[in-house]
Amino acid sequence: MTTLQKIKDFDKVFNFGSYDGSVSLEEYRMTGGYEALRKVLQDPQAATEEICAAGLRGRGGAAFPAGTKLKMMQTNVETERYLVCNADEGEPGTFKDRFIMNHIPFQLLEGLTIAAILAGSSNAYIYIRHEYPAAQAMIRQSIAEAQAAGLLGENILGSGVSVNLKIFSGAGSYLCGEETAMLSSIEGKKGRPRVKPPFPIESGLWGKPTLINNVETLANIPVIIAKGADWYKGLGTKDSPGTKLISLSGDVRNRGLYEVPFGTTFREIIENYGGGMKEVYTLKAVNIGGASGVVVPPEELDCPMEYGVCAARGITIGSGAVYVMDERRSILDNVQNRVNFFLHESCGKCTPCREGLRQAIRIIERVLAGQATLKDLSNLERYTKCMQEASFCGLGQAAGNSLLSSLKYFRKEYEESCVDSAQNIRERGDMC
Amino acid sequence: MEKMGKSVSEIVAELGSEKGSLLAILLAVQDASPENYVSEAAVNEIAALMNISRSMVYSTASFYSEISLQARGRHIVRLCINAPCEDAGKAEIQKALEKELGIKLGETSADKLFSLEGVSCLGVCNMSPAMKVDDKVFGDVTPASAVRVIREIREAAKQ
Ligand SMILES: Cc1cc2nc3c(=O)[nH]c(=O)nc-3n(C[C@H](O)[C@H](O)[C@H](O)COP(=O)(O)O)c2cc1C
Ligand code: SF4
Ligand code: FES
Repeated sequence: MTTLQKIKDFDKVFNFGSYDGSVSLEEYRMTGGYEALRKVLQDPQAATEEICAAGLRGRGGAAFPAGTKLKMMQTNVETERYLVCNADEGEPGTFKDRFIMNHIPFQLLEGLTIAAILAGSSNAYIYIRHEYPAAQAMIRQSIAEAQAAGLLGENILGSGVSVNLKIFSGAGSYLCGEETAMLSSIEGKKGRPRVKPPFPIESGLWGKPTLINNVETLANIPVIIAKGADWYKGLGTKDSPGTKLISLSGDVRNRGLYEVPFGTTFREIIENYGGGMKEVYTLKAVNIGGASGVVVPPEELDCPMEYGVCAARGITIGSGAVYVMDERRSILDNVQNRVNFFLHESCGKCTPCREGLRQAIRIIERVLAGQATLKDLSNLERYTKCMQEASFCGLGQAAGNSLLSSLKYFRKEYEESCVDSAQNIRERGDMC
Repeated sequence: MEKMGKSVSEIVAELGSEKGSLLAILLAVQDASPENYVSEAAVNEIAALMNISRSMVYSTASFYSEISLQARGRHIVRLCINAPCEDAGKAEIQKALEKELGIKLGETSADKLFSLEGVSCLGVCNMSPAMKVDDKVFGDVTPASAVRVIREIREAAKQ
């Protein structure tokens, strides 16, 4: 029973341990799984209050309070409602939702079922990206098992309440992770974002109220209900209760997925969880929050991972991707890679994003070719700010994060390549 | 893995002809095609069976990176092109694969056995660099291991 002991470690929200298979329904129930669902069916009101009191915030990137969203659904008079679980996980550098789906599928399914019951949505979808066939297969099989056990589907545990869950496969569009684009995608259309407001909780799938939550958000719910808001709040900080799954990659010794209590500093994440730098090279920069996140120098790493503090310092926790770069890495190459990614994923619906990205890549290519001027850099900064402020959806709004942060912290690297930088003029011996 | 070759009408009957089934139908039609794509004939048939315009089918099909309107190889090799994999040595793997297959990224081999494509993060950056061959994901790929995977598939195809 060694594997069971590992997953019994209850000091965390997620009990993957070093367990590398998947936790079966039987194992999950033996360790307290599905007790929360029972509680919810007995007293849904108390369960909603518990989620609100726990201060759980969305883990998909925007960090919106999950309890508030749930309550907004409950006050809607429309009876046809939907729940959509966002399992699109498109943010480069992120692999937490894949781990949850592959290893602890029933914790997700229990959370999803609870959220659907509390939101009054008898129809639910889980939108899983096409790049995750193993996760799709695991969830498909787990849905069947949960249904057979009376934990999902019609008349859950004899309560008369039903939740019908269907899998919807994405088809390789990062933008479909944006909630309104996802709704369009499920409706069979191109995955283009819609105007907000109305927000999905008011008018979502097929125009009906729709609660959209990320995989990690939903997987937190059974544990919050089973162990209570006070226990949960004891795990993180006052500002950000609970824990965050961190996808750690790059030049650290131990890349991998870690459950980290809020309040831990980014330096601690790299040192204590990642085991420090992999080779003899020194730390140069860390990208926090994936492609749509920021690139920061080592001096910023003593910042605690906490929504309030990070927002004030311009750090985007986002999906919890932490990518570590040592001194051999080029900031410009990295930023170029990101801008290319957004250029490919932009839907082209609005000009600031479509054109802003095109101009950004032209300037970066000029910088990399050693042909840019300092004026190009100030233009790049100006265009990027405009793209952030004027873009229609979150893609364009966040696409500039890595550009602007790299220009702020690593400007020297850009300037070194400019033909008219003071240093280059001096080296060429030009006369001013 | 041999393709099952389900017909378009069987797929539509199975998945339903409501509008919301369109993306699932396109993916299933592509999966059933030995050339891994949605042909013009298939687009016409889907539109007729679902009672929607062909342009609606094209509009959805062309939006998604994982749906191809051009014939591709029997096996799709997808190389992750995002920053963590790029830094971990994607370029050398790309070079090795291009040499082994005799094609560039985005092309299909002459024997129609392989297409080589770039793909966004496969969610295994803890094992960068990564690639995906059909439904199978490979992490910590080296130029040699990438070539080995290709050769194994080629051998299996001969039998
Ligand atoms: C371009 C873009 C991509 C996104 N991708 C994802 C994603 O892959 N997964 C996710 O959960 N949320 C993603 N989001 C955030 C969703 O729009 C939404 O805020 C989230 O699913 C809400 O769930 P939560 O409140 O539980 O976080 C993305 C947003 C944008 C703008
Ligand atoms: S910001 Fe970009 S992705 Fe979003 S709607 Fe505009 S063009 Fe499309
Ligand atoms: S960046 Fe390649 S798998 Fe994530």
